[in-house]
Amino acid sequence: MTAALEVEGLDVRFGLRGRRGGPPRFVRAASEVDLTLHHGRLLALVGESGCGKSVLTEALTGLLPGNAETRGRAALRPEGLDLLTAPEPVLRDEVRGRRVGLVGQSAGTFLTPTRTIGTQLREAVRLLDGPEPAEVLAERAGLPAAALDMYPHELSGGTAQRAGLAAALAGDPAIVLADEPTAGLDRPLVDRTTDLLVDLARDGKAVLLITHDLRAVRRIAAEGPVDLAVMYASRIVESGPAAEVFARPWHPYTRGLLGALPDEGFVPVPGHPPELSDLPSGCPFRPRCGSTACTDDPALVHHGDRAVACHPAVPA
Amino acid sequence: MSLVGSGLVGGWRRGHAVVERLDVAVEPGRVLGIAGPSGCGKSTLVRMLALLHTPWRGTVAVDGTAVPRMRYRAPAALRRRVGVVFQQPRAAADPRLTLTEILTEPLRAAGERDRAVLDARAAELSDRVGLTAELRTRRPHEVSDGQLQRACLARALAAEPDYLLCDEMTAMLDASTTAALVSVIGAEVDRGLGVLTVSHDEPLLAAWADEVLRPW
Repeated sequence: MTAALEVEGLDVRFGLRGRRGGPPRFVRAASEVDLTLHHGRLLALVGESGCGKSVLTEALTGLLPGNAETRGRAALRPEGLDLLTAPEPVLRDEVRGRRVGLVGQSAGTFLTPTRTIGTQLREAVRLLDGPEPAEVLAERAGLPAAALDMYPHELSGGTAQRAGLAAALAGDPAIVLADEPTAGLDRPLVDRTTDLLVDLARDGKAVLLITHDLRAVRRIAAEGPVDLAVMYASRIVESGPAAEVFARPWHPYTRGLLGALPDEGFVPVPGHPPELSDLPSGCPFRPRCGSTACTDDPALVHHGDRAVACHPAVPA
Repeated sequence: MSLVGSGLVGGWRRGHAVVERLDVAVEPGRVLGIAGPSGCGKSTLVRMLALLHTPWRGTVAVDGTAVPRMRYRAPAALRRRVGVVFQQPRAAADPRLTLTEILTEPLRAAGERDRAVLDARAAELSDRVGLTAELRTRRPHEVSDGQLQRACLARALAAEPDYLLCDEMTAMLDASTTAALVSVIGAEVDRGLGVLTVSHDEPLLAAWADEVLRPW
């Protein structure tokens, strides 16, 4: 496996307006996040809403708002360009679209409403010096050829999502970041969209799929080259090959999320995720974890190709 | 006693009915599921039953009282009997209001002006749906989709409706938040609330609904 992007110790925090004279306050959106995207594999990042998942794509494409502070490294391989510190002209002219493609949530809203999909795709290909014409991109993204002559409002949500995927592929990026690409789609469209992303990985791209849809990930994990990372309260609490994590989840939070699926018990994880502006001391999952009282913060410990951040969960 | 739609026909463009001769009955203390793919007319059906969209033909009746007019012309007393939770909490919540203001809006619309009463009801409703006091002081952009949908559910329950319509309520939510909201509604169903849940998510309906209709 060849690494395409190595993220180490990534912290992202946002300053809040504090009370006058009080201490500065921060929202911690990412804490010591380590993850590696490999060519030929899809990494699915799951977690409850508001746990900090989406901030990762913003950090990795230089699109964080101005009040964000970052620490750590995000090294683009092979040469090691750090996406967190690269100047905006480099990100704009060399990275975004050309080396890192981004598919956003409800991609339809990223399209210009007054121009056809075809003209927008062709423009993306021209500006990014893309190797493939719009028609080929459309086919690769599963977009019907007829859609190229349509305007965004004429497309259904699923078709608009595939138009967004085709545009993200225009510059032939080696890395594709997909942030909630299936939100609001119905099940057959969710399946088709995730299958397309797995196909991209099989073609050698490194894919990051950020989603709250655990069931979609469970489906593609069965046979695809899929890894799973579970995020909780701004940090990665468990990671590993997806099929293994689904079969034997180590972290109590991963077990809780799986048990909340309608066909796996339908029991919510008790309690609430902590506020990212007010993380508890010690293990951030401690208030919701029935079995232990870990007062120190467990680090993400690697065991072979899996990793878990939980003291009692260390496997036999 | 039930919320009944009979022979409902309707749509948005003349000649293109998306709901064609549908009969549904939402019974107290039961969860009725309606399944169907995107764009088949599920939301239009919900809007008709919520007294928000006039059917071309057929009638909606609340506990035997047929509702002749829709939207704000429908009798307020009947509208208050039916609560609705929509798919996209962000599109369904005024971004300028705090969550407390959002979830007490139906009470203020019904004429309640007493601050103490509103505060007490807000606290009680938030408690039921699992929102902390601190979260209630925030505005929609300061909370997650799951937290905002909890507020939208609290708003739908604020007027103590007899019927609750959930239009893809959990499509934007993670597994745990979905299960949590379903269990909140389950407690209300035990107290006699009649629920219609519309979804394309078959495993969800299988686990949640007492009966599932597939009219499309």
